[in-house]
Amino acid sequence: MEILTILIPVSLILGALGLLAFIWAMRTRQFEDMQGDASRILLTDYDDKPAVTEEP
Amino acid sequence: MALIEEHASFAACPACVVVSPSDRVAAIRSQAARIMLSLPGAEGVAAISTVEGVLRAFPGVRTARVNLTQRRVVIEADPHLVAADLIPVLAGVGYEAHELDPGMLSMTETDRQGRELLMRVGVAFFSMMNIMLLSVAVWSGAEAATRDLFHFISGAIALPTVIFCGQPFFRSAWASLRRGKLGMDVPISLALILASSISVYETLHSGEKAYFDAAVMLSFFLLIGRYLDHRSRALARSAAEELAALEVPRAIVLDNGREVVLPIAQVAVGDLVLVRPGGRMPVDGLVVAGTSETDRGLLTGESLPVFAGPGSVVSAGEVNLTGPLTVQVTAAGRDSSLHRMADLVAVAESARTRYTTLADRASALYSPLVHILSFSAFGFWLWQTGGDIRFAVNISAAVLIITCPCALGLAVPAVVTAASGKLFRKGVLIKNGTALERLAQVDTVVFDKTGTLTMGTPEPLGLDALPPEALSVLAALARTSSHPLAMALAARTDTPAKVTDLHEVPGYGVQGLYHGRPVRLGRAEWVGAAPLALTATYLALDGQTHAIGFADQIRPGAEAAIAGLRAQGMTVRLVSGDTEAAVRAFADRVGIPDWVAGALPAEKAALVQDLTGQGRRVLMVGDGLNDTGALAAAHVSISPAQALDAARVASDIVLLGRDLSAIADAVHIARQASRRMVENFGISAAYNVVAVPLALMGAATPLAAALAMSLSSITVSLNALRLRQWKS
Repeated sequence: MEILTILIPVSLILGALGLLAFIWAMRTRQFEDMQGDASRILLTDYDDKPAVTEEP
Repeated sequence: MALIEEHASFAACPACVVVSPSDRVAAIRSQAARIMLSLPGAEGVAAISTVEGVLRAFPGVRTARVNLTQRRVVIEADPHLVAADLIPVLAGVGYEAHELDPGMLSMTETDRQGRELLMRVGVAFFSMMNIMLLSVAVWSGAEAATRDLFHFISGAIALPTVIFCGQPFFRSAWASLRRGKLGMDVPISLALILASSISVYETLHSGEKAYFDAAVMLSFFLLIGRYLDHRSRALARSAAEELAALEVPRAIVLDNGREVVLPIAQVAVGDLVLVRPGGRMPVDGLVVAGTSETDRGLLTGESLPVFAGPGSVVSAGEVNLTGPLTVQVTAAGRDSSLHRMADLVAVAESARTRYTTLADRASALYSPLVHILSFSAFGFWLWQTGGDIRFAVNISAAVLIITCPCALGLAVPAVVTAASGKLFRKGVLIKNGTALERLAQVDTVVFDKTGTLTMGTPEPLGLDALPPEALSVLAALARTSSHPLAMALAARTDTPAKVTDLHEVPGYGVQGLYHGRPVRLGRAEWVGAAPLALTATYLALDGQTHAIGFADQIRPGAEAAIAGLRAQGMTVRLVSGDTEAAVRAFADRVGIPDWVAGALPAEKAALVQDLTGQGRRVLMVGDGLNDTGALAAAHVSISPAQALDAARVASDIVLLGRDLSAIADAVHIARQASRRMVENFGISAAYNVVAVPLALMGAATPLAAALAMSLSSITVSLNALRLRQWKS
């Protein structure tokens, strides 16, 4: 059962990493245009510009 | 909000009024241009690459980015560019575009709320997954110290989560309690608090049952429902704002003989405004120079143009047809007759918001029931066990968790999101949260004619009956004018005869010399003909006059919409302000036997109220200012995007495309959505019927609670996605 002292923190840290990634994605407005982003991946023309973020 | 502030700052700054128009222009032009266009037809990858490609290639455009979800494109451009430069470019590649006023789209606040909710969903999901993992061990038989350890860790994750994620529920529960009401959020908050505290107590006393997983799962599912609800509300609100912003009206103001373009809010009473042929009157005023004809179709429903010369009174919304007019402003912006109408509509609107939704009715039934069940379970077990408070609280917490409206909280938002997404893709924009439900109850449809079922562009009748000579003279004369009747004639005729000395007499018609003899095309009295009852223009040639009548051109999809509505068992009626002859001819063509002609705005509204009084649920479809009263009085109303501001404000649903056939689909989808909502209530009730007796008997384990909750939520969401297309 000692293995639990390693496994539980590990699982919590992994989960927290996922949560942080989600919060980061939200802060950088990656959920603004889900339909557009889904289509954009299929574009053939090369796009080297970063997204225009809509400042409030 | 933005509107009021803008207005207030204008009034609070008297100096602004005396600044010359050109300075006002300079102040506006100094900012870099940020143009926002609405693209109702944008769909798929092609739209992104075409629109962005063509815009970026346009000189002066710095960046362009399409948002496919909102169907918009945001453009950063050099200050001298305006939307009017770019709209034809997009039209050239096949995309209809409308200018949006970015200042009026105050999305920031709802945006922030939405992200806050999404953040809580994310946190709740993280906690739920971790606690589930720990709970699986407990469910599969962990004992003694191991179980306590797992409970402790679960509690350490769950307590902060419930405190953080439960805030929206706690806040709204507190607000409803203070108003002395028992809203949906009261039992939710009670369940969250009770489940968490009894679990803490159990954990400290190394008890068997802890409901941390249930508490966190509850907040997760409910937050998803809350988020979906927020999203469809935000979409509706931004749609309403978008429509207010759709028409960014400008006026050409004469400043000592120079023409300057000003936003309508900056036009002052007494300014001289130039209205070019084809332009819409931006203000109420008095004609001081020029003669022309004006089209009042949007205001009164008349399809026949009206003469305008010096001394004529014109109102905002009329379209100037033939000659340039100089108008002295008597009322502008919010004081113009157009906006006063809109204010009246706002009053009528507020009466309609008293509609109680299905969800309201369900929660009114449901909330008290949950409390009664939970408290009676507590009382019963306290008496049964002879005062074992711990056991009784355990049971009542289990009852609260199981009955908690997890599925109920998802049942309506999931359906509304699915349905409004489907409708949005068809070009139907739902502006009002309850419009979908009201649309489902409709049994009578009342259509307006001019501009709604017709396009407002006329079609000439009986051209073949004219002698060839007259036809070729007609062709030559028609090509001289930009009057809509003349343009329709020019499009339908060829081989113009040689007519010299052609010129337009604004307000009357066109004249010229044909083989040295004068020929005229225009108004009956000017040409010397006897006027017909229907819309017509008249040709004078060699002392003879020929009348050319016009019929309205049907809007695409109008017949399909009428047929589709009939197929769904609805009564269709036609009400128009146009003349009897024109309405009769049109009604026969589209096959509506039940029609009213020459109806004044008040009569239209009265007709709708009459039908309502007979117990009918009326859907009004209209576009003009003369329809606004009827639109506001109807149970639910639809207007096309080309309609006047006031009409769009008064209606619940707006059609973005030109095609009317989407109306039949909209009604079908709305009916389906309503059915799904009722089904969803049924499903969650069924789960409760099975699980509640178990909980009351004290047989509900944390595992059973978790299963019941997730199963019912998932079934309800899947059911919501079963909306299908209407196949005729």
